[in-house]
Amino acid sequence: MLELRQVTKKVGAATHIEDVSLVLESGSLNVLLGPTLSGKTTLMRLMAGLDTPTSGDVFMNGAKVTGVPVQKRNIAMVYQQFINYPTLTVYENIASPLRVAGVNHAEIDRRVRQAAELMRLTPMLERTPLELSGGQQQRTALARAVVKRADLVLLDEPLANLDYKLREELRAELPRLFAETGAIFVYATTEPTEALLLGGNTATLSKGRVTQFGPTTEVYRRPADLITATTFSDPPMNTLRATKSGGAIALADGATLPATGRLARLGDGAYLFGFRPHDLHLEPGAGDTIAVPATVAITEITGSESFVHLDAPDGRWVGLMHGIKPIEIGARVEVRLDPERFFVFSADSGRAVVTPPAAAA
Amino acid sequence: MSTGATKSIDTGRQPGTPTAASAKARGFVAPPKLRRPRHLGWLVMTLYLIFLLLPIYWLVNMSFKTNVEITNTFSLWPNDPTLRNYRVIFTDPSWYGGYINSITYVVMNTVISIAVALPAAYAFSRYRFLGDKHLFFWLLTNRMAPPAVFALPFFQLYSAFGLIDTHIAVALAHCLFNVPLAVWILEGFMSGVPREIDETAYIDGYSFPRFFVKIFMPLIASGIGVTAFFCFMFSWVELLLARTLTTTAAKPIAAIMTRTVSASGLDWGVLAAAGVLTIIPGALVIWFVRNYIAKGFALGRV
Repeated sequence: MLELRQVTKKVGAATHIEDVSLVLESGSLNVLLGPTLSGKTTLMRLMAGLDTPTSGDVFMNGAKVTGVPVQKRNIAMVYQQFINYPTLTVYENIASPLRVAGVNHAEIDRRVRQAAELMRLTPMLERTPLELSGGQQQRTALARAVVKRADLVLLDEPLANLDYKLREELRAELPRLFAETGAIFVYATTEPTEALLLGGNTATLSKGRVTQFGPTTEVYRRPADLITATTFSDPPMNTLRATKSGGAIALADGATLPATGRLARLGDGAYLFGFRPHDLHLEPGAGDTIAVPATVAITEITGSESFVHLDAPDGRWVGLMHGIKPIEIGARVEVRLDPERFFVFSADSGRAVVTPPAAAA
Repeated sequence: MSTGATKSIDTGRQPGTPTAASAKARGFVAPPKLRRPRHLGWLVMTLYLIFLLLPIYWLVNMSFKTNVEITNTFSLWPNDPTLRNYRVIFTDPSWYGGYINSITYVVMNTVISIAVALPAAYAFSRYRFLGDKHLFFWLLTNRMAPPAVFALPFFQLYSAFGLIDTHIAVALAHCLFNVPLAVWILEGFMSGVPREIDETAYIDGYSFPRFFVKIFMPLIASGIGVTAFFCFMFSWVELLLARTLTTTAAKPIAAIMTRTVSASGLDWGVLAAAGVLTIIPGALVIWFVRNYIAKGFALGRV
């Protein structure tokens, strides 16, 4: 069990990590999700012991390890860049942590070959890392993390520099590989989709703070605040400003709608309605009681889906449409929304007030 | 194999012709090819080599001549080739001793410079500390003063410690120039190694010394080689300090060469042979690091 207690990391005047408290259970898979510069790597380095926190403490299985050098901790780490020892063969690269630990030769050989088999590196064992493809180099780094049987395995965007096909393959395999070891598995990523595919727990990071930590689907369905919802949505969640007074809700563009259903239970005040791109419709569907005029700014076609970027009264919105939509840029459209699908955030604090029913999210 | 290649070139050319013709018909005309003065190329190269190699050739030429031939006749190659000059050098201790002295202090200096510069360069490359950039630049300013400036303080200092006329005195004096250079070159090579490799080694459990020797030094082996070459080169050619700090026991070969005037005049042939032998070690060392020298001149920053 790894515990961070009110950990803060400052470098000069800049605060990289601010007051983070987390408990990661043994044998669990934990995703750190956040945009670049949100502090994912710094947090991992603090967990690893490569950096020491400015204040706060780190506990491993109940023992305080703040300031204990990384050599004395049983951890493994894989970077986004492919980091291997260029002068050693793939075999020696994988064997490296075992050689240092003084494991006997037969055992080293057995474990290296087993890891190489898992990572499909067996034919490359006698080559040096620079003779391998990017994917093979990263698999070498992963194999080195596997053989060590570390208590804490930190993967810092390990698949970001790999091609699409290989990413899918490794992403499916990685949790399985480490699940058997009972290690605490921490995986940093910038992509919400990757977090959802991995499952486990997710901690969303924004500007050095953990905004929410919990089971991945729970964080996705019930974001605690607007920042979490925006972080955990790709493209980011669309927002609509609204003010409720009595039985009517006034939208930013002056239109009003009756407060029905779940919205009826809101107290009077200013709110931000958030909705995911796939809940933005251009043709009226069941329950779409709100119509907002907008102008098409950009359309992106990814094959079977289209992203439509719209200039709405509340700024830029993005809608996800199935199929390829022949929408002209500059066209005036009516955006249809279902208020039952809204995430409702307080306009002042950004805290979530109402989230859509779980089954529908 | 060769016929296959020819064939593929031919087939490649044929479809190109109609395209070019149609392009011309549509008004597109390829710009005229620049005519390179290829027939003059050899001349430039020859002139270049003659100017570059003439002094060296003349030195080698002289080293195989007798003094009589050198002073009395003009000949492009030795009329009466002799090995007497070389024999003098290899049999007279005051001559070959000079080479031994030079090589001794040069090797000592190279070893000391690299041993001192490796940790320093690592610190400059990996850590941020107060005034690091200023200190790093200040190191190089040591190279900006002519050696003559330091001759007096060194002489006085080494006299006080009884180090005059020892190899270590010259080796240490040359460190003043070579350590800064070595730090600069090595820092460049070290900064080319990602910091994550250091961290991965620590995570694997390597202690710092073990990581440095087993992982890091092999990674910058070419940098160490280039640095050794530069230290060797500067120490090998430096004359002023080496001559000031030695009298007889550690006198370098270059100093001996400047003192060959005897009662019978100058021994031209022996002097030329000594010159040839002085070029050889440098040429040998260059051969070993030839692939990395350009990177070394750029202080490892390519």
